[in-house]
Amino acid sequence: MGIEDGLLYTKEHEWINIEGNVAIVGITDYAQSALGDITFIELPEAGVELEQFEQMASIESVKAANDIFSPISGKVIEVNSLLNEKPELINRSCYEKGWIAKIEIADMNEKANLMTAQEYNKLLESLDG
Amino acid sequence: MINTPNPLQETPLYSEHVKLKARMVPFAGWSMPVQYEGILAEYEQTRRAVAVFDTTHMGEFIIEGNARESGLDRIVTQRIADMPLKTCRYGAMLNEQGGISDDLIVYRISMDKWMVVVNAADIEKKAEYFERKLTKQSRFKDVSRETGKLDVQGPLSREVLADLVPAIHKLDYFTFDDFDLLGYKVIISRTGYTGELGYEIYFPWDKLTVLWQELLKNKKIKPAGLGARDVLRLEMGYSLYGQDLSLTISPLEAGFHLFLDFEKDFIGKEALLKQKQSGVKRKMIFFASDSRQSPRHHFKIFSDDKEIGMVTSGTFSPSLKKGIGMGLVDRTVDLKAKKLYVGENKNRIMVYLTQRPFYKNGSLRN
Repeated sequence: MGIEDGLLYTKEHEWINIEGNVAIVGITDYAQSALGDITFIELPEAGVELEQFEQMASIESVKAANDIFSPISGKVIEVNSLLNEKPELINRSCYEKGWIAKIEIADMNEKANLMTAQEYNKLLESLDG
Repeated sequence: MINTPNPLQETPLYSEHVKLKARMVPFAGWSMPVQYEGILAEYEQTRRAVAVFDTTHMGEFIIEGNARESGLDRIVTQRIADMPLKTCRYGAMLNEQGGISDDLIVYRISMDKWMVVVNAADIEKKAEYFERKLTKQSRFKDVSRETGKLDVQGPLSREVLADLVPAIHKLDYFTFDDFDLLGYKVIISRTGYTGELGYEIYFPWDKLTVLWQELLKNKKIKPAGLGARDVLRLEMGYSLYGQDLSLTISPLEAGFHLFLDFEKDFIGKEALLKQKQSGVKRKMIFFASDSRQSPRHHFKIFSDDKEIGMVTSGTFSPSLKKGIGMGLVDRTVDLKAKKLYVGENKNRIMVYLTQRPFYKNGSLRN
């Protein structure tokens, strides 16, 4: 399973990439692979304020429906509206073209509740066992 | 010894599936491939080219005897006495209360010899039931454990099979014959569950790997799993036993009328006649949504705010790019007057009534 260095991860298999005070959010390679072919995503609305680990989106694949949780508190400032028509971008490119939303971070201290790439890798290893 | 109750059964292709990195899931007591490359890729492969499905989990019974005297005619709901030789006919077996115990296909092998193909769950119980209900003027054999089965489905299926079985061209829709395939005498029928031109091949269980590998040598053919099979069948509006058909759903509710022959006697007929008199409560509807959201099995169906039924099957339709489904609703509700929704109590999806098949460009009868 692909893991990108430099990102932070949640145990629900979301990632964030922090640039300045903005976090780009997506789901991990493990998550997209487990879901299978993604057919629908309900994106959050720009402007919405989210708490850390609050539900921000829901995602459907051919076989399942799942919630996506915000890895960090803040305001949604942009969503990847390409996903409305092409949710399969998440399968094809979960760390780049398949990003879900950008969040203006409210509290940088919450980073402490997230995992590094190394820690997330350990979690995945324990799941495979 | 580790005590594992009811371990999953495996088809002879289990290790082939694992080699191909299939995702294996439990299905009706069997470990089966739900997907290899991905459900949508396998769907496209079947709609546009040709795919092979391992369907060895299905059960096959051989019955020898006259249609009526053997008792077979009474076990199944469809008319069989007038079936031409080497044809197939779809129907069901009911319990005395008129509930559907299984849907099945009857093959007429000769004047007094039949093959019945049933679903994978509880094959032994169904075999016992057949033995109980068949008369002494019959011979019965459950050949499920010696019969492997592959479905080759897709617009190119005839072309790729013709390399191995040149005579395949002669098969019309819902007919079958004996063919020589890789040195074995086997039954191939022109049937399937996808809406595409396709064939079902009944092959010796212990030799099935040879056929599987031979088929996959042809780069035009790719393996497809149960995930794609479910999307393909639902786009055609075909029922799945356990969801759209079951013991608690009357065939009169399930839209099964075409496959019931009320001119003959069959188990469950009396119950159905009573239901006809008193009227059934529900009916099957087919619907599509305007969004890419999928209706799901067990979602509720609402007419405005009133709960009127349950989704029996739902999926994302790759061909329509929107959600489709079927479900049972209260027959007395006027569906045209109100808006229809499916979903949990929150998060409802608006849907509109439509007809099956959802997908209309299948190569089934080409």
